[in-house]
Amino acid sequence: MTEEIIIAGFGGQGVLSMGKILAYSGMMQNKEVSWMPSYGPEMRGGTANVTVIISDERISSPILNQFDTAIILNQQSMDKFENSVKKGGVLIYDPNGITRHPERKDINIYTVEAADESAKIGLAKVFNMIVLGAFLKLKPLIEPEYMRKGLEKSLPPRHHNTIPENERAIETGKKIIKARYLMN
Amino acid sequence: MKDVRLMKGNEAIAEGAIRAGCDGYFGYPITPQSEVLEYLMANKTKERTGMIVLQAESEVASIHMVYGGAAAGKRVMTSSSSPGISLMQEGISFMAGTELPCLLLNVVRGGPGLGTIQPSQADYFQAVKGGGHGDYKMIVLAPASVQEMYDFAKLGFDLAFKHRIQVMVLSDGAIGQMMEKVELDDERPRWTDEEIVKMHTWAATGKTKNRERNIITSLDLNPVKQEIINRKLQAKFRKIEETEVRFETIQCEDAEYLFVAYGSSARVCQKAVQLGRAKGIKVGLLRPITLFPFPYKEVKRLAKQVKGIQCIEMSAGQMIEDVRLGVEGIVGVEHYGRLGGIIPAPDEVLNVLEQNFIKAKIYERTH
Repeated sequence: MTEEIIIAGFGGQGVLSMGKILAYSGMMQNKEVSWMPSYGPEMRGGTANVTVIISDERISSPILNQFDTAIILNQQSMDKFENSVKKGGVLIYDPNGITRHPERKDINIYTVEAADESAKIGLAKVFNMIVLGAFLKLKPLIEPEYMRKGLEKSLPPRHHNTIPENERAIETGKKIIKARYLMN
Repeated sequence: MKDVRLMKGNEAIAEGAIRAGCDGYFGYPITPQSEVLEYLMANKTKERTGMIVLQAESEVASIHMVYGGAAAGKRVMTSSSSPGISLMQEGISFMAGTELPCLLLNVVRGGPGLGTIQPSQADYFQAVKGGGHGDYKMIVLAPASVQEMYDFAKLGFDLAFKHRIQVMVLSDGAIGQMMEKVELDDERPRWTDEEIVKMHTWAATGKTKNRERNIITSLDLNPVKQEIINRKLQAKFRKIEETEVRFETIQCEDAEYLFVAYGSSARVCQKAVQLGRAKGIKVGLLRPITLFPFPYKEVKRLAKQVKGIQCIEMSAGQMIEDVRLGVEGIVGVEHYGRLGGIIPAPDEVLNVLEQNFIKAKIYERTH
């Protein structure tokens, strides 16, 4: 099993930390992982993206241009990465702020209204965990106990009291993901 | 239980240095390697192992602090990225002239000039052929994973002191910034002053009654003596060429076509090998781990086996010169590279290999 994922959105949406939590959890479950961020000028107040690979085998290239799953959180990233999803792959996006929805017919497309949901709960910071939950619903690569270990490892100890709300957000994401277009 | 962590390449080499018994780090921040200094500072090394970590006023100052520490027989290091490494070249040449061991890290970014902050491999010539003046070589290690960033701190210090030479870890922004799993080993204690006096009889540790003064200088105005010094240096480099070559081969046993690439380009090629094999193309990868000494013999051995060699570098073609020296014209060698901070994609490099050697059939075996 190898899952190649791109997560892309605005800086500050928690794109990099979502990737980090996913990679850390995969590692705790004894998988091979890599996390390759965009660290260029775009992260200084623009779009941010990270490539995460989770695999049972040694990972070859941490840098890719084709992905099994794209998680897209803003319009610029939609424009940039819609065509980078492998045929038959998955695109998950938050429609909030999206003006041009994905049109491809050779991939499966899902939406997760994480921005609305996190506003409803009144916890904007768990936005990215809602998105992560949506991904895990489709691709249950990581067992919940390892997700917890991943959260423990990637959050500094002073934030460990937020782990239950992060876990609840993951569960919420699993519930609110909707299929927008499915290949037959 | 093994200590396994998810780390950035830059953090891994910093942790590696602490655990390798490093005595001092002197550096000046520059993207994409500032995490080295940040990690060392955050880890309070003075309390943990006694290691000194100092942010110098410039790269020129950093390398001369390294010179001083090394002259005293200490395990010392610096790190920077391309423009900063250029500033250090005078100091590196002086260390070559005085045979001072040290660990240098270049997390290469796109150039020339200030260039970009994105990954590049355009500093190969500077590292391998000598960026400073005079006839000298450094051992150059090219990590292709975060684990190797960690491992090469200890390996680098060991090689540096074994041969009294400067060891450069030639990394790039991609390896420095990405996170991967790293297995950490136990901390090795720093040398005590007594151990240094005993082991490094050349070091400036303070004159004692029973030996002559140790003078650390690269200046000798007598050309006859200077030639003797140079011959001694060259003999050392030849010995390193004989004994320290390191490389990895991936799926080369039955390969008809070969990628040669190091560092993050080698990771891209590893994926391209998988994609090629899935299409039925018998392609393998030779990954030099030491860039000096370069694995010429392995290149030649594989050149006799394959129909074409595709070099992949994030440069306009630098390592390819060493590959061609190894190939000795036996088989066609082509370069493909992206410049200025762009990383090629796996399908892109496979496509290039196919175009050059399979579809065009421009090369026939000449032996």
